Order: sequence, then C-alpha cells, then structure tokens
Amino acid sequence: MSAAVFFGCTFIAFGPAFGLLLFTVAGDPLRVIILVAGSFFWLVSLLFSSLLWFVAVQLGNKANAGVQHGLLMMGAGASVLLQEAFRFAYYKLLKKADQGLAAMSEDGRSPISIGQMAYVSGLAFGVASGAFSVINVLSDSLGPGVVGIHGDSPYFFLTSAFLTMAVVLLHTSWGVVFFDACEKRRWLSLMMVIVTHLLTSGLTFLNPRYEWSLPLIYGLTIATGGWAFLTAGGSVRNVWRCVTCSRLTPTFWSIQLCSHQLRIDGQSQHSQPLGSDLLAFSPLPPPPPPPHTHTHTHTHTGHWCPAPRRTRGEHKDSDCNYLLHVSDWVFVVKQTAEGPR
Amino acid sequence: MKLNWTDYLEQHKHWKWLYTPFTEDTDTVGERAVNSILNALIMISVIVVMTLVLVLLYKYRCYKVIHGWLIISSLLLLFFFSFIYLGEVFKTYNVAMDYFTLALVIWNFGVVGMVCIHWKGPLRLQQAYLIMISALMALVFIKYLPEWTAWLILAVISVYDLVAVLCPKGPLRILVETAQERNEPIFPALIYSSTMVWLVNMADSDPEARPDPPKDSGLPPPGLTLNETYADPGSTQADDGGFTQEWTNSRNATLGPMESTQESRAAVQALPGPPAAVEDAEERGVKLGLGDFIFYSVLVGKASAAASGDWNTTLACFVAILIGLCLTLLLLAIFKKALPALPISITFGLVFYFATDNLVRPFMDQLALYQFYI
Repeated sequence: MSAAVFFGCTFIAFGPAFGLLLFTVAGDPLRVIILVAGSFFWLVSLLFSSLLWFVAVQLGNKANAGVQHGLLMMGAGASVLLQEAFRFAYYKLLKKADQGLAAMSEDGRSPISIGQMAYVSGLAFGVASGAFSVINVLSDSLGPGVVGIHGDSPYFFLTSAFLTMAVVLLHTSWGVVFFDACEKRRWLSLMMVIVTHLLTSGLTFLNPRYEWSLPLIYGLTIATGGWAFLTAGGSVRNVWRCVTCSRLTPTFWSIQLCSHQLRIDGQSQHSQPLGSDLLAFSPLPPPPPPPHTHTHTHTHTGHWCPAPRRTRGEHKDSDCNYLLHVSDWVFVVKQTAEGPR
Repeated sequence: MKLNWTDYLEQHKHWKWLYTPFTEDTDTVGERAVNSILNALIMISVIVVMTLVLVLLYKYRCYKVIHGWLIISSLLLLFFFSFIYLGEVFKTYNVAMDYFTLALVIWNFGVVGMVCIHWKGPLRLQQAYLIMISALMALVFIKYLPEWTAWLILAVISVYDLVAVLCPKGPLRILVETAQERNEPIFPALIYSSTMVWLVNMADSDPEARPDPPKDSGLPPPGLTLNETYADPGSTQADDGGFTQEWTNSRNATLGPMESTQESRAAVQALPGPPAAVEDAEERGVKLGLGDFIFYSVLVGKASAAASGDWNTTLACFVAILIGLCLTLLLLAIFKKALPALPISITFGLVFYFATDNLVRPFMDQLALYQFYI
C-alpha cells in the first residue's frame, strides 16, 4: 500500500492515456473541447445505466446475494449498450459540428477531420471510463492496509491498473472503428465493436481468475488496436517507412507556381519566374485528374506532361515531377515529403 | 492535499461565521431546512447590497475608493489567507517550520502576487495567481458554509447572476453599459483573461487577404477556446505590441470579499478595445470573472468534501462544470454580449452532484468490489 503502490498503479493505468493526451490532444484547443464533451457523454451514459441498475435493485430481492450478483452483471451489460448508444449520439453531434466548422472556415474545410475526432472521442470515453473505474481504488491504495487479508487476491491493485490501461486503449480503438463504420455504413463492423465491448466486460466477470481474464483482454486490446490502425489507413508499409525514417515518403503532392507564360502577338514568352507559393495538400491520386487548388479562383482544367529531366528547385528528394499547364500558367507538380503546413 | 484540507474543515464544523449565524446541527430536518434557507438569504442579501454599493461607486466615479478596496482585499488574500492555509497544511502533514522561513516565503509570494495582479507580469504567472486566490477564497467558503446552506447559496446565486446580468435594470448590466459608455475596461481587476491577443485567422496567408474581424462580418469567431493562444508576433502587425502591453495593464485581477464577485462575472465578453491603429488585432480572448471561478471551485470542493469520500462525484462535477462553461462560451459566440457564466455550469454541477452521489456511486462501488469493468 501507500505511495509506491499508488504512483505505480496510477502510472500503469494512465501512463499511455497521459502520453496520448500530452502529445496529441493538449496542443489543440478544438481537440480538448471534443475530449471534454466526450467524457461528458460517457458520464451521461453511466448515469442512465446506474439509474437502471438502481431501479432494478430496488425492485429485486435485496437479501439474495445471487440475485444481486446477477443484477450487477445485467447492469454492466446494459451499461455497455448505453455507452455504445451514446457513442453513436456523439458521432451524430460531431458530424453536425464538423459541418458547422466547415461552414465557418475560409476555405470550406473543417480544421479537424472525422478520423481525428473519432480518435479523440475514443480517447475521451477511455479516459472517463478508466478514471471512474479506478480512481476510488487508487485513493484507497494510498492509505494503510493489507491487500487480500481475507483470502482475496493480493494482486488487486496491480490487476486493476492493468485492466484500466487495457480499457483506455480499447475505447480509443473502438472510437476509431465505430466512427469509421458509421461513416462508411458498415453495420457489421459496428456490431463487432459492440460485441467486443460486451466480451471485454464479460471477461472481467472472470476476475479474480486473472490468468484467464487478463491475457484474453490484452489479446483483445492488441487485436482491436491493430484493427483500428488498419481502419485509420495504416499498413505494414507505413510502419516500415516510419521505423526506417525513410525520407522518400511521397505521400503528398505539392503544386508550385513556376512561371507565367505570356502570349504576345502569337509569340510565347516566359516571364521571370514568380515566387513559389508552395501549396501543399492531402494525398491525391497521381495525375491525370488535376488536383484541387486552394485558391478562390475558378478552376481551369489543364493538361499534364512530364517535366524536363533537369533537376528543378530545392526538392532534391522528390522523385516525380510533372508540369501542369492551366491556361497561361505553368505549375510544377512534385511529390514531396512535407505535408500541408 | 486538497482532499485532506477539506476533511480537516469538515471536522471543524463547529466554527461559526458571521454571515451564516444559523446552525445546521438541528434535531429535525425541517429546522435544518429553515436554518439553511435563512443563512442563504443572509448571504445573498449581503452580496446584493455590496454589488449595489460597488455599482454606485463606479457610477459616481469614486475610482480611488474602488481601487483601495480591491488592493486591500487582494493584500488580505495573498498574505493573510495564504499564511493561514500554509499553517494548516503544515499541521496536517506534521511539518516543522520556523517563522523566519515562513515569513520569507509568504512575503515573496504575496509581493509577486500583488505585482502580477495589479501591475504587469507574465500572463501565465498572473493566471496562476488568479487561480490560487480563487482557490483560497473558495476554501474559505467551503470551510465556513454548512452543507445545505452551500448548495442553496449556489443555486440562488446562479439565479441572481442570471437576473443581474440579463435584466435591463440589473446592477451588473448597468455596470457593463456604463463601462462601455465611458469606453474603459470594466475593472482593472477581478477578471481572468485567457489570452493576450488572439487573432481570428491564424492561417498562414497574406495579411491583406485576411478577412475582416468577425465583429464586422457577423460571423462568430471560429472556435472559442478554453486554452490560450498567443498572437504570433511574426504574423501580426507591428503595432500590436503596444496594444498588447496596454491591454495587459488593464487586465489585473484581484478578489474582494464575496461582494466584489458580481461585477467580475459581468465581464465575460471581450471588452471594446482602444480605438485607432489596431482594428485588425482586436482582443478575442475570453474573459471570465473571478467570482465564477470561486463558485465553480466551491461546487467542486463541496462535492469532494461532502460526498462520502468519493472521487467519482468530484470528477463528475468537474466534467459537468467544464461542459457548462463550453455551452456558455458557445452562447457567447452566438450572442456576443456579456453573459452570466454561472447558471448553466452550476445547474449541471448540482444535477450531476446529486445524481452521481446517489445513483452512480453505489453502482461503481459494487462494480469495483467485484472488479467488473464496464
């Protein structure tokens, strides 16, 4: 007990969550708001499920321990279903908010994508769920006492912390998969999320037989994490590129205004090259179809041709150049490693 | 540390306070209810009277009196209350401390606090001090207010806030309008500001191509934030620097006794900045009155102290207050005028406190007992 157990279990339970929050959420105010609102939605779902359980307990046989146990399991199951229902409600709310944000921004695009919102909302549900499950246990661990003195397992705090960590990571993955399933209307994936959540909760009913519950839950965590990674667009190739720190990751196309081609009396002249306004944008299929530009001028359709072989510009690591002629303008389209700023 | 402190306070309930003379240690529930209602009425009337006094002082331009009042109250908070708090902390943790060290620490803490709050200081330090004095004030409330009185006061004060800020004859509305007529900041104190200068368009585009500030175009500023954002000096005009300094001077905050909390809550909206050169870089930061902070803290503190030693209730109240604040900021973006920050948050907080304490706590306790996870 006391401080060592408290700090150890807190860091086990909330270490990954804290890291994720610090590096991905804390810097962006919009994500912080989505996080807080997500925790609120989880809290409301918990409120309704405890109301349900409370009513059931009042109506049921209070003396019979078996009945109470059964009611608790039923309460847990109902809580899972309600959590998923509120996740769906949150998805709907975020879609609406996304449209509002897109309408308010200058270029018609929302500052945050639905994938990012899925991740943050999953994390919000996870953090709220973990916090509410384990924080009383942690505060009890600060005080004096002996764990399991009446014959229970002495590993109570440690296993609680590990289970909480698994729950946080699971919720994050479920958030990503759930939102993606709602976006693409894949109802099977949706059902799988609900089933795995019920399965996880059910596996905790096996406690304190930790040799069964913990490995299975962690297996489920890793599997769901992998599933979420694939859903979010990850692949083995991406991981390999990230690990080897490969600079040749041509995931972005950049379009650069290179020169203005003038037509004067039938002769074409090239004026001085203009300053390069490097407009970079999200991944696109290779040409042809001409990419979207972010200017407010109306789009012209142009034609593509490969650029001359000599090296252009400072992007020595790019491996593909094209010239795009759009009316009087000539653009150089490159694959670059840098994404949009 | 906070939880221990609130435990300590709960143990010393027998201390009485001038503002709540009716005890709650009565025999019957009815008597307790009546006593708490009377206590709440006394507190609220004190607050209302003091607010009116302050509004009258402001209206008749007795600035010296107001400044003196604010300085005395912030001195009291920064030196005396923090000394008492430190004393109790040392007693609780059985830490040996001599008066010389204590005097040095309190002196430094207090003086830097006064400088930061009333004059100039780094934004973060000023915010830290404001939060600390709000917390100290809230601890005073938590210590001296009996339980039912506290909940009643919270409920009544949100109603009062709603009335005082929105009604045409409300004292706070009069205060805001007088300040706007005279084109000066509402108070050089009592306000927590979230940012220095926050530009609407932070994208990397030409300054000429930047659209007009939303006030002119009628669009709400995108994404009123809870976090701070600094104006990137590189992307602003050169004369923003002067504007920022000037605005920093006007953003001192302190805390009077509970009376002074009212006008602070009126200053939720971004105030009209000085005219002329800097129309582009108007202050877009969110301003929140310190009184709001105090009552939010009282709610969370009471929840942690009174809720059977349960952390779930505290967390739930915390989340509820944050959501209330989000909603208030959303309304602020829509209506663009001074709004009361208390009603929505306190309502959510109270609802969640009672619901969590009575419904969620037994459920989560049972789940934790069997180590079930949901």
